[in-house]
Amino acid sequence: MTKLNSKIPHGPVSQKWANYKAHQNLVNPSNKRRLDVIVVGTGLAGASAAASLGEMGFNVKNFCIQDSPRRAHSIAAQGGINAAKNYPNDGDSVYRLFYDTIKGGDYRAREANVHRLAEVSNSIIDQCVAQGVPFAREYGGYLDNRSFGGAQVSRTFYAKGQTGQQLLLGAYSALMRQVNIGTVKLYTRTEMVDVVIIDGKARGIITRDLVTGKLERHFGHAVVIATGGYGNTFFLSTNAMGSNGSAAIQCYKKGAMFANPCYAQIHPTCIPVHGEFQSKLTLMSESLRNDGRIWVPKKKEDAEAIRAGKLKPTQISEDNRDYYLERRYPAFGNLVPRDVASRAAKERCDAGYGVGATGLAVYLDFKSAIERLGQKTIEARYGNLFQMYNKIVDDNPYETPMMIYPAIHYTMGGIWVDYECMTTIEGLYAIGEANFSDHGANRLGASALMQGLADGYFVLPYTIQNYLANDIRTPRMSTDLPEFEAAEKAVKERFAKLLAIKGKRSTDSLHKEFGLVMWDFVGMGRNKAGLEKALSRIVEIRKEFWSNLLIPGEQNEMNPELEKANRLADFIEIGELMARDALHREESCGGHFREEYQTEDGEALRQDDKFMYVGCWEYQGEGVEPKLNKEPLNYEETEVKQRNYK
Amino acid sequence: MENTINLTLKVWRQKNAKAKGQFETYMVNGISTDSSFLEMMDILNEQLLNENKEPVAFDHDCREGICGMCSLYINGRPHGPDDDVTTCQLHMRKFKNGDTITIEPWRSAAFPVLKDLIVDRGAFDKIQAAYGYVTVSTGGVPDANAILIGKEDADEAMDSASCIGCGACVAACKNGSAMLFVSAKVSQFALLPQGRVEGARRAKAMVAKMDELGFGNCTNTGACEVECPKNISISNIARLNREFLAAKLAD
Repeated sequence: MTKLNSKIPHGPVSQKWANYKAHQNLVNPSNKRRLDVIVVGTGLAGASAAASLGEMGFNVKNFCIQDSPRRAHSIAAQGGINAAKNYPNDGDSVYRLFYDTIKGGDYRAREANVHRLAEVSNSIIDQCVAQGVPFAREYGGYLDNRSFGGAQVSRTFYAKGQTGQQLLLGAYSALMRQVNIGTVKLYTRTEMVDVVIIDGKARGIITRDLVTGKLERHFGHAVVIATGGYGNTFFLSTNAMGSNGSAAIQCYKKGAMFANPCYAQIHPTCIPVHGEFQSKLTLMSESLRNDGRIWVPKKKEDAEAIRAGKLKPTQISEDNRDYYLERRYPAFGNLVPRDVASRAAKERCDAGYGVGATGLAVYLDFKSAIERLGQKTIEARYGNLFQMYNKIVDDNPYETPMMIYPAIHYTMGGIWVDYECMTTIEGLYAIGEANFSDHGANRLGASALMQGLADGYFVLPYTIQNYLANDIRTPRMSTDLPEFEAAEKAVKERFAKLLAIKGKRSTDSLHKEFGLVMWDFVGMGRNKAGLEKALSRIVEIRKEFWSNLLIPGEQNEMNPELEKANRLADFIEIGELMARDALHREESCGGHFREEYQTEDGEALRQDDKFMYVGCWEYQGEGVEPKLNKEPLNYEETEVKQRNYK
Repeated sequence: MENTINLTLKVWRQKNAKAKGQFETYMVNGISTDSSFLEMMDILNEQLLNENKEPVAFDHDCREGICGMCSLYINGRPHGPDDDVTTCQLHMRKFKNGDTITIEPWRSAAFPVLKDLIVDRGAFDKIQAAYGYVTVSTGGVPDANAILIGKEDADEAMDSASCIGCGACVAACKNGSAMLFVSAKVSQFALLPQGRVEGARRAKAMVAKMDELGFGNCTNTGACEVECPKNISISNIARLNREFLAAKLAD
């Protein structure tokens, strides 16, 4: 059995990272160029890690499935990135960012990791500015900040509604500089299809060239997974179409544990679902909640009239509107954390007050902000988001309120890692959204960008040296070794098996069916009976998948249907893990809401005496139930409380 | 309320980079005008799969207009008949019942077709690698507020930096020029003190790489600006020309 050792350094939480860095092993410059590091993924975490490792002199191979590293889905992050700079002098500090993140995560994150994250947050902003990231500025030339959910300070830095884009282009530029110098070799349109383990250590990967279909073998002294989250398990999510959890599942099947799979974030402000042809959901940035007010009609008959198209939202007077977040949470109002805002929207819609044709929508209204600040200011702050909404919905949000509804957005769970970001397989690392470590059961807005870049620029480039320092005498290995041979053979067989099914159903049709099961039973509200139902439905869908799937074309050519099917096979495994984890966790915390465990006011009710641990699932073989391991969570610095945003 | 339309699609099909391509005609019926263009393509592909035919390959990823992955030359316009959108944001309400829609890949010498509607835009990465960066390594940088940048400059740099690298400018240009793409990156850095320092070297290196990769010359037709989904202005090209000229004069 694998033993979980989180390797958290000794000492008070505020000193741990400094102590770690002071005593860790480093690799000297002449040895770095003899060491190969594989980085899979080119999002914020992957690109920043690959660039930083290249700058240090390591020999880096960086892979992405898109045609360019700049396409990674980090690019779509809109609102901003948190840091504890305290530029607005509103009482922020490293401790407060740490505390807000622990509390926001509903006391299910590791204190030591979160403190480190808060500590390096300021360096990220400095680094990005130095790269030429055009953050928003005041007239005096200083950086501007905005507020985000779950915080009472303004600590979010932003570049219009395109912060993820600008941060990723910054990391991408640093990466391309290394590509030019030759320290990083880039493999685009190339997908990792397995990890290769030699003598218990990760020593390489098998990839598929998505243009030619050719399988290739790559050696690395260490392998870093930066492939993002698994939100697309649900088919409809705000993730990009290509975002997938396959690398995580490949690692899991080779012995890396999967932690807290049930912690999925449902983002409160997305454009509602409108038809069965729909392929994805579009996020409207949380930053809109700075100035937008969320409401539904106070009277059921008004909601019914709106649904029937007989009444317009602008015709409903102020007294007849229920600004339910301001009513329920006066202290945080519209800026409560995402899980709280999402559940409150679901509660109103389930109670019959929802709007839109389906009744599964609430209003996000800018009327009072426009009256207070003028349309020009609102346009400067959110212009691109309003345009995006207008193009999709064909409605003008300056004149009529936006309609929004929660959607799957981010996954807090992921590959289990220790303090060094190493998985339970030696030499295999996971960073960014792909790992589980920093957000507990719920991530605060503007913290994903922070964590991705923290891991890539300032954490992994240090911690990986502690491992590689012991590997300086290990020569590059041949990719003809039997372990590479066997891994490639297994992959080839899997593709052949998929192509040989020759059934009747497309991957998309199966994915839609599976996604609905996930949304209905493993979505915003979960209960024992529903989760059991999901588990049995997943078994049926898996059977249907492996017996009635249709993939045209061949393995040795560009074949998007084969790519999708291969990823769906893994999503089904993840879905099962999510349902299993959600069933076992008999409590509500953050994004995981078990209907059996709630307070009288409908707030999440944790069971700290039973579940204050990280649930780590260990693969036991095909068709065998995975084994649950527990990493206990200890809170030394923060007092564990019921979360309260009132 | 929801409307549906029937369409005739003329789609470019090409097995791989070496094969000769041709147009194929398909009919799709009952398309909701609320669906996006790519969702219409999904429906076409589901239909082809059910007929045991190979689906049409096209690039797409975020489907919210920011990743720059989607392309498509639709009825003679990159990203189709709407302004300021990418193909993934184009909605079927822009079409009428009975329309015939011609769908082609980007056509440019520097963007070879890989399959059907997918082209290789690797040349953009090469230009970026040539000098699309500020020479700074991780760590050892000053506090973010130590570098003061006027709001106007920051906003203008942000506008230039909004380029998503989709390649519509190249596809729209009769010369296949990449000047809008290159000038947007050069401008972003030229407007900021962090990038100013090596501005001359950057302009020369990026232009040289662009020329080497087979992109055409700019003849100021302005087609790129019209078709750019992110409204990148051709004033960026003017700035690049000034930067480039100044750099050459200094040599």
